[in-house]
Amino acid sequence: MRPEISRSRTWAVAAVGGVAALLTAACGSSSPTSTSNTASAPGITASQVTIGSTQPLTGPAAPGYSEIAPAANAYFKYVNAHGGVNGRKINYIYLDDQYNPTSTATQTRKLVLQDNVFAIFQALGTPTHLSVVSYLNSSKVPDLFVASGCNCWNNTSQYPDTFGWQPNYTIEGKILGQYIAQNFGSKKVGFFLQGPNDEFGADGFAGVMDSLQGKGLNVDSTPAYYTPTAAGAMAVPAAIAGLQAQGVQVIVSFSVPLFTAVAEASAAGLKYSAQFVVSNVGADPPTLAGILTGGSLGKRLPAGLIAGTISDTYLPLLTDASNPWVTMFKSIEQTYASSLPWDGNVEYGMSEAYTFVQALKAAGQNPTRASIIAAIQNSHWTDGPGLTPYAYSSSDHNGYTGVQMVTVNATGDLTTLGPIETTDDTASGAINTYSGAASTPPANGIPSD
Amino acid sequence: MRATLRNSTLVRHGLFFLALAVVLLVLTSFVFDPYTNYNVTEVAIYAICTAGLTVLTGINGQVSLGHGALMMIGAYTTSVLLTWHPDLPLILMLLASIATTGVAGAIVGLAGARLRGPYLAGATLALAVALPQVPSHFASVFGGNQGLNVPTPSPPAFLGGDFSPEQWLAWITLAAAVITFFVLANLVRGATGRRFRMVRDNEVAARLSGIDVARTQVLAYIISAACAGLAGSLFAYWVTVTSPSGFSLNLSLSLLTAIVIGGLGSLSGAVIGSFILVYLPVWTGGFASSLNLSSNVANNVPLAIYGIVLIVAILVFPRGIAGGIASIARGAARVIPSSRGPTALPAAPESSQ
Repeated sequence: MRPEISRSRTWAVAAVGGVAALLTAACGSSSPTSTSNTASAPGITASQVTIGSTQPLTGPAAPGYSEIAPAANAYFKYVNAHGGVNGRKINYIYLDDQYNPTSTATQTRKLVLQDNVFAIFQALGTPTHLSVVSYLNSSKVPDLFVASGCNCWNNTSQYPDTFGWQPNYTIEGKILGQYIAQNFGSKKVGFFLQGPNDEFGADGFAGVMDSLQGKGLNVDSTPAYYTPTAAGAMAVPAAIAGLQAQGVQVIVSFSVPLFTAVAEASAAGLKYSAQFVVSNVGADPPTLAGILTGGSLGKRLPAGLIAGTISDTYLPLLTDASNPWVTMFKSIEQTYASSLPWDGNVEYGMSEAYTFVQALKAAGQNPTRASIIAAIQNSHWTDGPGLTPYAYSSSDHNGYTGVQMVTVNATGDLTTLGPIETTDDTASGAINTYSGAASTPPANGIPSD
Repeated sequence: MRATLRNSTLVRHGLFFLALAVVLLVLTSFVFDPYTNYNVTEVAIYAICTAGLTVLTGINGQVSLGHGALMMIGAYTTSVLLTWHPDLPLILMLLASIATTGVAGAIVGLAGARLRGPYLAGATLALAVALPQVPSHFASVFGGNQGLNVPTPSPPAFLGGDFSPEQWLAWITLAAAVITFFVLANLVRGATGRRFRMVRDNEVAARLSGIDVARTQVLAYIISAACAGLAGSLFAYWVTVTSPSGFSLNLSLSLLTAIVIGGLGSLSGAVIGSFILVYLPVWTGGFASSLNLSSNVANNVPLAIYGIVLIVAILVFPRGIAGGIASIARGAARVIPSSRGPTALPAAPESSQ
């Protein structure tokens, strides 16, 4: 960062005129005294930035996921209470879409056309967000850090304004698959997926199969599927019984939390002791334990059911009291969102909010929709809560590209199994051990660049 | 001239709907912002479907809990055809959806002509529950639960670069709605409408008068289904994604709610009911978020208010809002005998009892 005050002023004026080349402005803008705040883009005033999101606040994906946006908002409240971003407060509007693509489409129109948001942030869900990604890109609304690991968000030619954030499901699937091949090579592997024709299940399946194929493993390549609706939950026991009948010993599950919980409970009910290997999005132990013991299924089941489940993480472990990101987010949660439990959803929501503040800061004192896209692509941020750096560039809109394998121990907490590993989403891309140092958050908890 | 107006329903309706079309054209072009246009499009889509439903239920006396499923057939016809042939013009899609849904309506109508009251309700309910399961089982054609994406129709170039897609779709949908209402208003005023009502009121009397009851009932179902198909096709363009989640049982029940709240058997009631269907959740949502409740409560407040409003509306206006307005107008006409009272809308609200 070289703050060149005079150039920064010139460029900021040009930015207001709608010039897209804002990289220089982004670099020069960290000196807040140079120019005054203007209403530089839709949703941006001199004192406020309005962003919007669609979230499953009710419905089949709500258990767990309904905490994500409130957690992100808690981080924004913290930032607002400490001066905001370049003097602007972040106003985060998140609407309920019930994990229903039709509802996502209409709620997103409301955010863009009526609430006039600057950007869509953290919109949750693969099938849901796929219904609006074309609309957002044709309307040139920045579509930042979709809360889904679909590979489809990294498509810079078709969706230049869309950015993923978490490791995509194929990257995650490859690393899960490698672990299965190394540790359960003699067992029969089957799949329990959201689908059929759902990118969430399909991308994960493709990733796991990349690592399993051609190794002479015993794989039941016909997956069992569930539909993410209330009626779909009723059909899960039959799907699990189908896997049992096939003699499947390792169940790879790309499922949202409610359906992971129902699947594991169904297996227990069938006295079917398969090893569950679950995508990160459906494996947060506090969420699963809450669903199993909180009566969402109508009867109480022991949280211990999930012990031994294998999954992965790309954020620090919730229970790692020595991690400065964990302590920071936990203290923000206690001050600004004390009604939320400390779980993986809250950590996720706050971590994504941190990335958004990084992007907003980098977009310049008076951000435009083009300048925030350019800022993310040229960011090369080295700090962030994730275990690996972001992959963002002008040709890559993936966020994190690696995970660390974890397992649920007897007390319901996660413990790590081996190193952090990174890879890409091609079938042949090698899986490498990541050895970079972990970053620490800035002292005031607000990104500095 | 006066005599022509009084005697020819066709001319009177023609002039009324032409005037309505001009008003809507001005409103969508100069008054409404894109979001209002977007919502007005939704109102018009529901109005097309509920108009067909009110002809079936209010005028012909056949209940249907399955109109959401019929809309789904229309929406999937458009979406599947667009997946195969992305360049086909919109008007062809609308006509194809009307055709397929009309055929589906004929099949349901044939079954319906043999069923009465709760049995017909049960059969159509089964349709509404079962049909949304189909796309998951034939995912390669229907896109499964994730659904099929539908491109937003882009306005023709001569309208200029600033012409919003929302306004274009509002034009298309409102034009379709005006035509639908014109056709239905003439239909229910004419011989067909009289036969529909006679079958509703007394099947034995209708049969004695030489009316083929079953054929009349099937015809009512086909007309009603065709409206649902048109609405479904436009719905696909409006949402831009056609997935089973858009056509839950909830939709079928909402459509029925709309015609009951609006006024059973009245075309203007169908419009009022559709308006409530779209705008009540918007208003209650805004109200709920202004209350500053905890999120668990606030998320469910709109639904609760919606329910309360529906209960109150039914208690206050047992014949629907259109019926209530008509009663108030008649009351006012009695109080002020000199005034002629407001002109009734083309299809005057009428009792369904």
